[in-house]
Amino acid sequence: MNRIAISMRGINKRFGKKIIANKDVDLDIYHGEILSLLGENGSGKTTLMNMLSGVYYPDSGEILVDGQPVTITSPKDAYDLGIGMIHQHFKLIDIFTALENILIGLPKDNTEKKCRQEVGDICQRYGFDMDLDKKVYDMTVSEKETLEIVKTLYRGAKILILDEPTAVLTPQEITRLFTILRNMRDDGKAIVIITHKLNEVMEISDRITVLRKGENIGTVMKTETDEQKLTEMMVGEKITLDIARDFVENKAKRLEVKHLTVENSDGKKVVDDVTFDLYSGEILGIAGISGSGQKELLEAIMGLQKCEPGSSVVYNSTAHGVHELVGLSTRQIIQYGLHLAFVPEDRLGMGLVGNMGMTDNVMLKRYRKGKGPFLHRRQPEATAMKIKDELEVVTPALDYPVRRLSGGNVQKILVGREINNKPTVLMTAYAVRGLDINTSYAIYNLLNEQKKKGVAVIYVGEDLDVLLALCDRIMVLCSGRMNGMLDGRTAEKEEVGYLMTHLKEEA
Amino acid sequence: MSTAQIISWFVAAITFGTVIMYGCIGETINQKAGGLNLGVPGIMQIGGIAALASAFIYESSAAAPSPAAGMIITLLAALAASALGGLLYAFLTVTLKVNQNVTGLTLTIFGTGIANFFGGNMMKLSGGVGTISVAATSGAFRTKLPVLSGISGYGSIIFSHGWMVYLAVIMAFAASYFLTRTRTGLNLRSVGENPATADAAGINVTRYKYLAAVIGCAICGLGGLFYVMDYIQGTWANDSAIEALGWLAVALVIFTSWKPRNAIWGAYLFGLCYWAYVYIPIGISRYLAMKLKLENVTYMQNLYKMLPYLVTIVVLCVVSRRRKRENQAPSSLGQSYFREER
Repeated sequence: MNRIAISMRGINKRFGKKIIANKDVDLDIYHGEILSLLGENGSGKTTLMNMLSGVYYPDSGEILVDGQPVTITSPKDAYDLGIGMIHQHFKLIDIFTALENILIGLPKDNTEKKCRQEVGDICQRYGFDMDLDKKVYDMTVSEKETLEIVKTLYRGAKILILDEPTAVLTPQEITRLFTILRNMRDDGKAIVIITHKLNEVMEISDRITVLRKGENIGTVMKTETDEQKLTEMMVGEKITLDIARDFVENKAKRLEVKHLTVENSDGKKVVDDVTFDLYSGEILGIAGISGSGQKELLEAIMGLQKCEPGSSVVYNSTAHGVHELVGLSTRQIIQYGLHLAFVPEDRLGMGLVGNMGMTDNVMLKRYRKGKGPFLHRRQPEATAMKIKDELEVVTPALDYPVRRLSGGNVQKILVGREINNKPTVLMTAYAVRGLDINTSYAIYNLLNEQKKKGVAVIYVGEDLDVLLALCDRIMVLCSGRMNGMLDGRTAEKEEVGYLMTHLKEEA
Repeated sequence: MSTAQIISWFVAAITFGTVIMYGCIGETINQKAGGLNLGVPGIMQIGGIAALASAFIYESSAAAPSPAAGMIITLLAALAASALGGLLYAFLTVTLKVNQNVTGLTLTIFGTGIANFFGGNMMKLSGGVGTISVAATSGAFRTKLPVLSGISGYGSIIFSHGWMVYLAVIMAFAASYFLTRTRTGLNLRSVGENPATADAAGINVTRYKYLAAVIGCAICGLGGLFYVMDYIQGTWANDSAIEALGWLAVALVIFTSWKPRNAIWGAYLFGLCYWAYVYIPIGISRYLAMKLKLENVTYMQNLYKMLPYLVTIVVLCVVSRRRKRENQAPSSLGQSYFREER
């Protein structure tokens, strides 16, 4: 057995009075080993690790580093103990160069020259590739991740904690990262990966600790477990991991998108000449690294973005007839039965009003149907009740501010409202972002039901495994361009990943 | 316009510009650490009244007041009083995490009130409006450079000022060097850009924010001191005229895109614009007044007084179009930092 690096004993952490983030957690981390910390969102993985990195301080419990009891009250304490954490949202300063980012907060004897030399050594040793004079805002996500790791290693970290390191990387980048992590492990470093992706856990880790609702459910060796067992530990019950994908007959063309182009305020084309058709009774997946134009594409169809001349979106439905959507107002487009459920990173940025309750949020999309100057609350209230019951939304009351609900409930309300409007076209973006497995599957089922009813569904997603399991067709966007249209039943993950990052040359 | 007029316009502009240059340098340091201090006008008044009051007490108690002693006493008083203002600002916004806009505006009202309270009382003590005199101390601040000030003609634009004018230029260069070339400056900027990152890198965010507020405000206070001792030559008027200059200093921070070195020419340009109403030939004013169908040509002066603000608006438009990331405000400007936020 390897030497023990960190022991956590009986760690408790609460936020406020009600939220228990960690309860009596014991955890051991060894040198020369990769430990995966597995758990659903909100299971307390990040909080637990933040107590090692000095962001939080435990309410009670003991932390031992190399056998010695320690107190970690600030990130600086953590660095001094050789603990470095790479947070999910990178802690980098955009307008600084890589070198400046490494140097901030360090004692003055770390001169630029010394830093350049040592970083060069680190890069060579573990196989990194980095330009120290590049500004962070010019970097890709993968380069930023590299910078974070190098920064942590330069500070002498012997214990590395990575919070969801693969969340925004392409399959190729993930492979490269894993190679580096293995190099570091073989060099004797202790590595902890926080994740909820089972396939990656099985690929990279030596040992796996599962957290559920803030408690340590158990630790297993990778060789002695499989994905199904881990899921049961994570969720606490048996669930099937298959997503149903039915084939719907008699498809009709709903949307005909031609040469759709959107420019941002800098004059850069964020959606560049995209052409595709959307049919009823199908789920069209849109894959792409974040910021490849997914958001703008959906918004352009909804009339929320100004399209450049030459763009055309022809809408065809039996109920509403044939219409050119470009140039119409969003209100008009909604009346034709197109609905967009977009889940932004902060969840409440678009779609719902945080300080309003369920009823008022339902009303946002239908208050115009009322007559006279006064609001009619009865019907929206009934709708809100229906959404609450059907989707099992947990809320103390219908008028309870949705801001205070958990992310999963907020997303259920958002998607539920859009479905309730009986759409002919339903567009969702990141509908399962941050949701636990059960709720995610509930959302997939909802989308499948809509598809069976003949609704044309667009699903913008981040998880390639889900895209490949759920969608009938997958469109890949790269830098705003359509870089491929694949059949969801036959496409390979590597192929999608390649198309996401390598723009095809124009023939 | 005669040569003499041009020279006197530039001399007035430099004197005026020096007041807001101090304000701008101080506020830039504060903002680079993420503190949007709208209390600059108040801090300048606190610095100004502290300088005047300490000189007044010293000169009325000493039989033969020494200019050098007066100068040191007033400098210390102004620095201490405005630094205290900065400490108050930091305590409210960093420790108690009060909204920065509200705190700053309140500080301005507070500073104006306290300055006019003491200013009014001093006037009563000395016998009426415009009777406060701290001739020895004020004289010391206005002592010109030996030899060089003898240069006449265009040279007098540069050489006919008190020493604090040159100190401001030196401080602008020093602040610029500090922010861009030193490691402490790098750390300070990282606090203003992203305090969570700075915190994770082991920087004491609270300490940096406090020091930036205290030192920044102390420098702003020097602007108030210069205004009282040099610009209005050691007296007081309860007209809150410093306040207008304080706001211009805040505008100048944006104008210079948070680069203290730009404050040197920016401040003087503001000075030229501010005093333009006196020096623009009457012929031009008459012509413009006629074109604008104004009854009285003096109305034009009020329009000219808007020039510095107009220039700021134009520059803001240009800067916002350029969109270079380095020229934007610090990313966390105006926001409180909570480590345990979730």
